[in-house]
Amino acid sequence: MLDRLANGLRWLGKRVNDRIWRLGFASRFLLMTLVYSGTALRRFFLTVREIYFTGVLSLIIILVSGLFVGMVLGLQGYDTLQRYGSSEALGVLVALSLVRELGPVVAALLFASRAGSAITAEIGLMKATEQLSAMEMMAVNPIARVVAPRFWAGVISMPLLAGLFSAMGVLGGYLVGVRLIGVDEGSFWSQMQASVDFREDVLNGVIKSFVFGVIVSWIAVFEGYDAEPTAEGVSGATTRTVVTSSLAILAADFILTAFMFRGA
Amino acid sequence: MTIPRGKVVAIMGISGGGKTTTLRLIGGQVKASSGTVLVDGRDVAKLQGQALYDLRRRMGMLFQFGALFTDMSVYDNVAFQMREHTDLPADLIHDLVMMKLHAVGLRGVAHLMPSELSGGMARRVALARAVALDPMLIMYDEPFAGLDPISLSIIGELIRTLNDALGASSIIVTHDVQESLKIVDYIYFVSGGRIVAEGTADEIRQSQAEYVHQFIWGEADGPVAFHYPASPYRDEIHVVAGHA
Repeated sequence: MLDRLANGLRWLGKRVNDRIWRLGFASRFLLMTLVYSGTALRRFFLTVREIYFTGVLSLIIILVSGLFVGMVLGLQGYDTLQRYGSSEALGVLVALSLVRELGPVVAALLFASRAGSAITAEIGLMKATEQLSAMEMMAVNPIARVVAPRFWAGVISMPLLAGLFSAMGVLGGYLVGVRLIGVDEGSFWSQMQASVDFREDVLNGVIKSFVFGVIVSWIAVFEGYDAEPTAEGVSGATTRTVVTSSLAILAADFILTAFMFRGA
Repeated sequence: MTIPRGKVVAIMGISGGGKTTTLRLIGGQVKASSGTVLVDGRDVAKLQGQALYDLRRRMGMLFQFGALFTDMSVYDNVAFQMREHTDLPADLIHDLVMMKLHAVGLRGVAHLMPSELSGGMARRVALARAVALDPMLIMYDEPFAGLDPISLSIIGELIRTLNDALGASSIIVTHDVQESLKIVDYIYFVSGGRIVAEGTADEIRQSQAEYVHQFIWGEADGPVAFHYPASPYRDEIHVVAGHA
């Protein structure tokens, strides 16, 4: 009995130890990425190219999801608000929900699934096929040439995608609330304009999406670079990117929300 | 082990014998736990950062399966180092890339992506990329693996021709005895991280050393055991005759 307990504790201790060690390694990797970001920023076309692959190619899923999320918000919001006779506040509800929470969070979750996994798989496969080793042997630092442009592309793309997600969501809420259900168009837009504060709501949403961009991009490039150079290794790393990013986004969202909207 | 200037030297031996590790030691990708690796008189293990990269710029390496950058065209692959390490104008880079591709007979595939090439063609493009900056040392990791006889012969010829044209030194890590013996100046046989035999192609052909004989003729019996070390066979077999 005692032996089993000791083994269990030993196993748990090793797992925790491994996780802490890996977190330290990932932090050093992020530091290296920032240190070697000169190439990505000086030769900005490298980053622009990655923005196309991570940001522009994620547009469809972001725009369509934003539209549907806004439409659902319109339906659910109207159903709740009309019970209290304040259905004209639908515009405020839709806009605040999207700008403060759903825009940054859902866009980041979609970004992690669509672009984060692709970045991990690409870097992991480059490692498995010795492309990163070849680059090193050509006296080119793979962190500067491969990792940093992808990292910054994710960081830059994320707030833009979150903004587009929110805009499409507001459009979806408008279509359902005003065009379909018949909420007064003037109230919808004027209450939204009056109640949504640029600094308090919009800017905080942008800050959130920027933080999520850093988190997703960091996890994606790290998992790819640290992947076992085998088919199973790359597959596992891709899965870890999506799972870890999603959990990290939700946890970070709670912490950021607690700081940003205290009693506001 | 010495690799003289202007010579093509092969390192042969069984898988896991330390051949590829030797190349990685020379390239500074791994550090030696003991002993020293001198390239052009400089101790590779003591070089770090920019100094190591400066040395690597004077080396070219052909990886086992080419390791071409799959998100770049053939042209961009060959131009990669020129763009990264020089300030040459685009039209001059174009001419140099075409000269390198012409040397390996693939000027016509400059616009293709690596996924559109056959294995032999990819290896030749990787060879053109490896010599893009006219290195003093070219390393080849299993350049003949998985090639058809025609591609194999072409790659062998190219290794010799490029080495002589560039006045470089070449190190070939390979299993392919017959092809290597045609083109190399000297051969080292390594096993378990040690040199077990060495000599010119003729000396190796006439060698009476057991290891060399087994390797050249591909014999199952010899100093290199067929069976990986394991517990006694009888212990592994549960159903013994008469007790089934």
